[in-house]
Amino acid sequence: MSYEIVSPFVEFDFMRRALVGALALALSGAPVGVFLLLRRMSLMGDAMAHAILPGAALGYLAFGLSLGAMTAGGMAAGLAVALAAGVVARATTLREDASLAAFYLLSLAAGVVLISARGSNVDLMRVLFGSVLALDDATLMLLAAVSTITLVGLALIFRPLAVETVDPGFLRSVGGRGSVAHLAFLALLVANLVAGFHALGTLLAVGLMILPAATARLWCVDMTAMIATAMATGVAASLSGLSLSYNFGWPTGPTIILAAGAIYAVSLVLGRAGGVRRGRTHRKGTRHD
Amino acid sequence: MSALAFQDLTLAYGANPVVQGLTGRVEPGALLAIVGPNGAGKSSLLKAAMGELEPVSGALALGVRRAQIAYLPQAVEIDLSFPLTVYDFVAMGLWREIGAWRSVGAPERARIADALSDVGLEGFEARPIAALSGGQRQRMFFARLALQRARLILLDEPFAAVDERTTGDLIQLIEGWRAAGCTVVAVLHDLALVRARFPDTLLLARRMIAWGPTDVVLTERNLSRAAAMVEAEARAPHESASAAGRGAA
Repeated sequence: MSYEIVSPFVEFDFMRRALVGALALALSGAPVGVFLLLRRMSLMGDAMAHAILPGAALGYLAFGLSLGAMTAGGMAAGLAVALAAGVVARATTLREDASLAAFYLLSLAAGVVLISARGSNVDLMRVLFGSVLALDDATLMLLAAVSTITLVGLALIFRPLAVETVDPGFLRSVGGRGSVAHLAFLALLVANLVAGFHALGTLLAVGLMILPAATARLWCVDMTAMIATAMATGVAASLSGLSLSYNFGWPTGPTIILAAGAIYAVSLVLGRAGGVRRGRTHRKGTRHD
Repeated sequence: MSALAFQDLTLAYGANPVVQGLTGRVEPGALLAIVGPNGAGKSSLLKAAMGELEPVSGALALGVRRAQIAYLPQAVEIDLSFPLTVYDFVAMGLWREIGAWRSVGAPERARIADALSDVGLEGFEARPIAALSGGQRQRMFFARLALQRARLILLDEPFAAVDERTTGDLIQLIEGWRAAGCTVVAVLHDLALVRARFPDTLLLARRMIAWGPTDVVLTERNLSRAAAMVEAEARAPHESASAAGRGAA
């Protein structure tokens, strides 16, 4: 059994590439996902993943399946939607979640139409569900670069971002600039979504962020431990997802996400810090007022 | 120079005045209670001192730098299920000194330990904040406050959800800060507590009803005037139109 897990990576170059790409995504996606979860932005992350599509599609229309053009287009569209949703929320009576939902529906629809205007169904599938088994050198470099920048960037803004997440009023009261940390975090989020877009596609890009983070939340009562657990979950899901996909011929990206989902489902039941089993005593133990 | 001074200060949310024409000063080293009916503008006054609410007219002058003010709002904004230990939460009080990147060294760790033991939370360092009772939580907030080494401390209903023993301990802490030269201003609703422990009181009902020594301010007559004034203004038609926007008052 253990050989069956390892053998595809030993035998095939494309499996090794897929593994490296997935691990890069998992390592940077985990802490981003933890902050998304703790900042109650999980749905926003998902919405922004879809928002990237029309930008990437415009790049595709102009230059074909060009890594640079689709990345630049995706980054631009992601940042534009993040900022626009914030502006709409402040300027109208719609809350940010409603305006994001509107934006992402439009983005997804526009993106699919744009891709279909020129490309084939294969291209469309690739954009929607990624191409983790077809990562070329340039794409791998992009995933590794995003992963590195994310980990360094998050280390730099970790303290203000964490304090702003726990107690934004306090950070304001001591003169901290939470908005700077927030905007830097949004930029890192978009970078990770674009990386996730190349490997897992627009529909599953947040999978290696949200599922590991949600899993970790069910086990950990401390943020640092949560980030480590989320990373481990993402790595385990990548490894087992790729292996299962190879051995059973399942589509790769979705299988990785399902592997993460399986770990999440088990944690829902067994998680010591908020799972069903633990939940009853936990809630009883913390209600005092 | 006074620690905090108001000159004909008017505060409002939109068209809704919450404090009108307040004039007065808080002397350095004062221990002042602010009391008044709901919607009297007590919390808004603290927010204005923190610069979170701009005066519509009049002026508010600080006798200390803004960096020397510590502010404890009513604790509703905070996500108490957040995965964080009591130690890390309290350590936030060092923000002004360590900022985003400087490390927490041995002297800082010693101060955190002292702050925790001063509020009676020794041994709680590794507990998640979600596991604390209401009283313990408030002790934790006070420990963070103490680490800020502020000259002016603003407290908004610090004993609202807290048992008697914790209230007693925390009041002692406040009196200790005052003895060390701090100015403390607290919004409170427990009049017995104010009478027992706070030498000075501001009775506020949008307008100032009385300000001075507590026993002079908290008379039956003043208190019923305060209640009547807020009720009368709440019924005024120009007020109720935008009342929905006044959540924080």
